[in-house]
Amino acid sequence: MNQLPLLSIITFTPLIGAILLLFVNKNSHGVLRSVAMAVTVVTFVLSLPLITGYNAPGTDIGGFQFIENVPWIAAGPFQMSYHLGIDGISLWLVILTTFIMPIAILSTYTAVEEKVKEYMICLLLLEVGMVGTFISIDLFLFYIYWEVMLIPMYFMIGIWGGKNRIYAAVKFFIYTAVGSLLMLVALISLYFKAGGGDFSILRFWELNLDPTTQMWMFLAFALAFAIKVPMFPLHTWLPDAHTEAPTAGSVILAAVMLKCGTYGYVRFAMPLFPEASAQFTPLIATLSVIGIIYASLVAMVQQDVKKLVAYSSVAHLGFVMLGLYALNTQGVTGGMLQMLNHGVSTGALFLIVGFIYERRHTRQISDFGGLAKQMPVFATMFMIVTFSSIGLPGTNGFVGEFLVLLGSFESELRWYAVIATSGVILSAVYMLWMFQRVMFGELKNPKNQTLKDLNAREVAIMLPLLFLIFFLGVYPRPIIDSMAPSIDRLIAQTKVQKQVAQVAAPAAPQLPAGHVAVPGLPEGHPALPATQEVK
Amino acid sequence: METIAMPAINLAVVMPEILLSCIAMVLLLVNVFVPGNNKAYLGYLSIIGLAVTAASVVNGWGPSVSAFNGSVVQDNFATFFKIIFLISAGLAVLISDRYMAQEECNQGELYPLILFATVGMMLMAAGTDMMVIFLGLELLSICLYVLAGFNRSSVKSNEAGLKYFLLGAFSTGFLLYGMALTYGATGSTKIQAISAYVMGNPSVATNPLFVVGMLLIATGFSFKVAAAPFHMWTPDVYQGAPTPVTAFMSAGPKAAGFAAFIRVMIFAFPMLKAEWGQLLWILAVLTMTVGNIIALSQDNVKRMLAYSSIAHAGYALVGFTATNAEGAAGILFYMLSYAFMNIGAFAVIVLIGKKGESNGNVQDMAGFGHKKPLLAAILSIFLLSLAGMPPTAGFIGKFYLFSAAIKSGYIWLAIIGVLNSAASLYYYLRVLVFMYMKDPTEEFDWAGATPAVALCLLVAVGATLALGVVPGTVLELAQKAVLF
Repeated sequence: MNQLPLLSIITFTPLIGAILLLFVNKNSHGVLRSVAMAVTVVTFVLSLPLITGYNAPGTDIGGFQFIENVPWIAAGPFQMSYHLGIDGISLWLVILTTFIMPIAILSTYTAVEEKVKEYMICLLLLEVGMVGTFISIDLFLFYIYWEVMLIPMYFMIGIWGGKNRIYAAVKFFIYTAVGSLLMLVALISLYFKAGGGDFSILRFWELNLDPTTQMWMFLAFALAFAIKVPMFPLHTWLPDAHTEAPTAGSVILAAVMLKCGTYGYVRFAMPLFPEASAQFTPLIATLSVIGIIYASLVAMVQQDVKKLVAYSSVAHLGFVMLGLYALNTQGVTGGMLQMLNHGVSTGALFLIVGFIYERRHTRQISDFGGLAKQMPVFATMFMIVTFSSIGLPGTNGFVGEFLVLLGSFESELRWYAVIATSGVILSAVYMLWMFQRVMFGELKNPKNQTLKDLNAREVAIMLPLLFLIFFLGVYPRPIIDSMAPSIDRLIAQTKVQKQVAQVAAPAAPQLPAGHVAVPGLPEGHPALPATQEVK
Repeated sequence: METIAMPAINLAVVMPEILLSCIAMVLLLVNVFVPGNNKAYLGYLSIIGLAVTAASVVNGWGPSVSAFNGSVVQDNFATFFKIIFLISAGLAVLISDRYMAQEECNQGELYPLILFATVGMMLMAAGTDMMVIFLGLELLSICLYVLAGFNRSSVKSNEAGLKYFLLGAFSTGFLLYGMALTYGATGSTKIQAISAYVMGNPSVATNPLFVVGMLLIATGFSFKVAAAPFHMWTPDVYQGAPTPVTAFMSAGPKAAGFAAFIRVMIFAFPMLKAEWGQLLWILAVLTMTVGNIIALSQDNVKRMLAYSSIAHAGYALVGFTATNAEGAAGILFYMLSYAFMNIGAFAVIVLIGKKGESNGNVQDMAGFGHKKPLLAAILSIFLLSLAGMPPTAGFIGKFYLFSAAIKSGYIWLAIIGVLNSAASLYYYLRVLVFMYMKDPTEEFDWAGATPAVALCLLVAVGATLALGVVPGTVLELAQKAVLF
């Protein structure tokens, strides 16, 4: 490894920032904010070489690049290594994280006046956990980052949240911890099935487990990820957490943390347990579709803007899951894009909710109305974001949603796609209705008549997001291109293994390595029958 | 003339015990002859004594040496445990002076008693003869009975001492009776001889004397490590005993109990492995679940930690149930981690507490996180480590314990274990909730930390994090120390 350990640098820059903040006086809020802001901007800039240096067609080991691999713990039966790398799937999630962080921090400048120091430290530690989760190849390392992420978020909700914050924070923590602890058990037994060695997923991918083992391990992994996504009916922590969290917390939760769940499916649950994954596809698709419809209906009757956006998240992530489980190029690409799009759009929506909350200290839809006249800039931005969330053509939401639906129509999930499509209509209903009630009509409430439009800082927060909404909506090509090899690999991996597993007798547990050798698999579309071997 | 075969007496093997006993006796004399109300200097002398003993213990790392005709052994297993005891004793001594001054029971006997108890623990870990283990246990227990009731002006402390004495004597009876039955069945109290006898006479494995003997020994040790359903004494004793003593009791003697438990079960009864494996399975599940469920409803932090320590014994039993090298190494590592994180947590409680331990409820912690951010952050690290969150020692420890169980096929036990871990999150988080998320109810006055307590916290928090991030070396040592 003679190149710069870029991924480590990106992970630990925020940690260094957090340590720096410890030495800043807790009353100099300006310094605290500037340091945190500077650190996250530097982290973002440091992550840019990942895009330019990422070489889509040429794939390194297992499609991972920027590899760092250092032995870490080697005692007893276990060998853990500090093994990092990114492929087309994690690349953009890392970028999304480092991109959202400065925006989230900028949004706290006036929103958080108390315990600023602790808040900034929490934000920076959160970034360490999130980036680490996306770049870990070693499953043990992944698990550590996955858990570490919870702690700062727990404090953020619990300390700076709304009225019901303690309930929401504890619920968030315990819900997610229960899931991940079961994943830990599955992870350890997976390790023993692999017969020692290290915790690298590259090795685990090559295992050919028997169906029963696959089923149990898939259930454990999928449960952990389903809670994080969150999928119906495990979603109940999310509206609480979102509603109570401070704006930056909601933004990060929606934009990045939920993606850890869907990322888990793509990276671990699906390629590790392809047969079980196929076996549970109907269940997951059903839950996704229920999630889409149910969350949309619930969103429709919400009185609180933030809660409405929270429920819309559940629906959007239902689309992501549907796309991923269509398991064809369009579906998975759509799902992956939708992950990024949801990050941008919902992140922006939470910021917008934050803006009006900061002005009026209420989020009740009934308290507003006619804001468009008073705050034209705000209204324009809100409208763009609303359209993006609905998935209007020209905005980012459209591309992803379209690909998801296209992909699932072409897969065996056709009928699920039909139902899910009505979710698109429902999302237009609840979003537009909410927009109309908040922004249009008469400016009745006297308190709203003196509202100020967005200031320069707030516009600066929104502009990068708006740019992305249009950029991804019009020209998503570069992103899709760089993801394509990794997505093809994922599909091939999940399907080829499945095929082999069906052909091979259960008596032969270990495959010849050639069958599943990851890097050499077909470029572009694998010419595999897409709909037959999935039951 | 017939010569009497003299057993090989190798005093070097028990050098650390002799050394520490001498130091403790010297300290007793110093306490009598050097007047003065402030006995803190005795604490510092004890630390020096413990450090010297530790050096002598570490010196014994290497191949096993047996002494006193196979009654005492110096092996890596014992050495590792002795280090745990010395660390527990050292940390407990460091938090004592502050507490004793505050409770106005500043008597110098405390320190020698802790040292004598440590000698007892060391004998328990090194003993390969039931009688030596019993001697060690009694030396430990008698010191602990006194220590638990050390705060004479406190009714609770008195009650703790008496209760511990009565129940402890009871459990000792079980243990001794079990040892006697085993002796009756096999004709020896030496672990090696028992094992050899049973190898030669397989029929003895079904001899009721022998089986009941094993069960009674297991019962006695279960009392000592506070495994359910023999845990009843724990909460009252832990709550009533002076906090530094509680910290000490929860880490050192518990580890000593496990040291002797493991040695006896594995070496004396290897042929009944299947039977006691089943027994431990049940014990582990009961212990974890009872400890956690009752801890959920505790308001008093000391009491909560007492119940949680029952649960932690349960986690260790999970590793024991696995009956493989990973499990045993996991217990060693976990006991070491537990000494740091639990005594660390108690150290913070000592700092928060007021006279009469009036400040011990979780509600009293309201707003603490903003009043004393550093101390609260340290306590948070200990609690998160106890809850098993990475990147702390508690996580790595649990990881090894549960993975040992999974490796042995006890996957359900591991699942019950992690679910228990998740339940424990709730009560550990509850302290964090009060520290960080509630506003203070009253003005918080704070006497400040003494250098000794600060040193204890520094060592404990450093070790908790270091064992969590770079556990490699210690894990390797633990691996080398196991007996399998």
